[in-house]
Amino acid sequence: MYNEKVLDHFTNPRNVGEIKGADGVGEVGNPVCGDMMTFYIKVKDNKIDDVKFKTFGCGAAIAVSSMVSEMAKGKTLDEAMKITNKDVAKRLGGLPDNKMHCSNLGAEALHAAIENFRKKGEK
Amino acid sequence: MQDLNIKKEDDFIYMDNASSTKTDEIVIEEMLPFITGHYGNPSSIHKAGFDVKEKIEEARKKVARLINAEAEEIYFTSCGTESNNFALFGISDALKSKGNHIISSEIEHISVLNPLKELKKRGFEVTLLPVDDEGFIDIDKLEKSIKKETILISVMHANNEIGTIQKIYEISEIAASKGITFHSDAVATAGIIPVDVGKLGVSALSFSSQQMHGPKGTAALYLKKGTRIRPSLLGGVQERGRRAGTENVAGIIGFGKACEIANSEIDKNAKKLIVLRDKLIDGIKKSIKDIKLNGSIKHRLPGNVHISFEYVEGESIVLFLNMENIYVATGSSCASQALKSSHVCSAIGLGAATSQGSILFSLSKYNTAKEIDKVLKSLPPIIDKLRKMSPLYKG
Repeated sequence: MYNEKVLDHFTNPRNVGEIKGADGVGEVGNPVCGDMMTFYIKVKDNKIDDVKFKTFGCGAAIAVSSMVSEMAKGKTLDEAMKITNKDVAKRLGGLPDNKMHCSNLGAEALHAAIENFRKKGEK
Repeated sequence: MQDLNIKKEDDFIYMDNASSTKTDEIVIEEMLPFITGHYGNPSSIHKAGFDVKEKIEEARKKVARLINAEAEEIYFTSCGTESNNFALFGISDALKSKGNHIISSEIEHISVLNPLKELKKRGFEVTLLPVDDEGFIDIDKLEKSIKKETILISVMHANNEIGTIQKIYEISEIAASKGITFHSDAVATAGIIPVDVGKLGVSALSFSSQQMHGPKGTAALYLKKGTRIRPSLLGGVQERGRRAGTENVAGIIGFGKACEIANSEIDKNAKKLIVLRDKLIDGIKKSIKDIKLNGSIKHRLPGNVHISFEYVEGESIVLFLNMENIYVATGSSCASQALKSSHVCSAIGLGAATSQGSILFSLSKYNTAKEIDKVLKSLPPIIDKLRKMSPLYKG
């Protein structure tokens, strides 16, 4: 069902956890649809210095979260905002058709965390 | 020849017997001559044909015996889904001049629920009875929902997911007193617990070969003598003209053998399964917190363990167990092609998150205590790892 790359990120997800005192937190999804993700970011010099996530969801949801966290690390906030769901699925070597919607949530959660950080700055 | 990469038996632990079971070797032996030879058409009147026909009729007797029916009351079909479709469409169509109301339950298999949806489109009125938190339908509600247009009641014998065994005789008594045809989907029970059509009081009953260590591609519909039904396939006179088409000979022979074996060992197997089932349930309860055993404790299929693990999602549990060569099922929406979580879990009132974390371990006579030990060793670290990853888990 899943390719090796997806299974690798599912079994050994990178950057799992929470960041205490995170600069931005983004939460998307809910258990009704089956997937829920929370992303935490630490920002330094307008770059994503650290990123962690927690995910409730299927194999694809966990693999996508892990991949998004890897892709986001070290990027500027603007660059990170440009990460699309398609990029994530591509980097994972593809996802089964009925799992493409899971890839949507990963980037969304990251973007929500960045927006959360930016809103805080406005205050 | 292409290598199908099928693992040797001992390499994996199979606990998805509600989906399908291992075909009994004795059954395969019985079938083989009808694949390698005996290719005559059972409807032919020469020896190559009627020899096969005779074997089919022997199989029909064995199948009938399992449910205490007459051979003439057995109609072979291709699968449980076909049996259910045949019963619902065939009976409602035959009785439509008498009325257009059908009663069923919210926890039926999709091969009952989807035909009912279609019947609604065709002008039938359908009442789906709710169930309580253990999966039992309310007999009072059933009685109250009956009206003069009610022609058919269809309630499953046991639920394939949560394992609850319905009190069928209570329903059939009511149906009989009102002269309503009563069908029951017994795919989850036939060959697993005693199914006696006389005692159950049903007019129609679906059951399948692959759930009782027989081959796939064969099932049956029991129709009590005198029950009106419209044929499902028109053509020749096979299955007394009600389901035409050349028979799946090897499948039917295998189904017959599977029924014969199941009939002879049903009590022994059920006893063994209950011990294994309870060992698995107790072991999980002891080693993992925040779990919920779903379905009835008392009226439960002997091999059914349906558990919700809070804070985690089912597909990821199945995948991790799969990596340890343990095969189970989940009702999570992520794992279903339709991306909908189990309608049974919602019907018994499980919350969305709890429902997503439900796992079905369905055992068979081939499972062992050693395998249960292996599962009990593998499972806790998997749940722990997923919980640590879950935003719903606050530790």
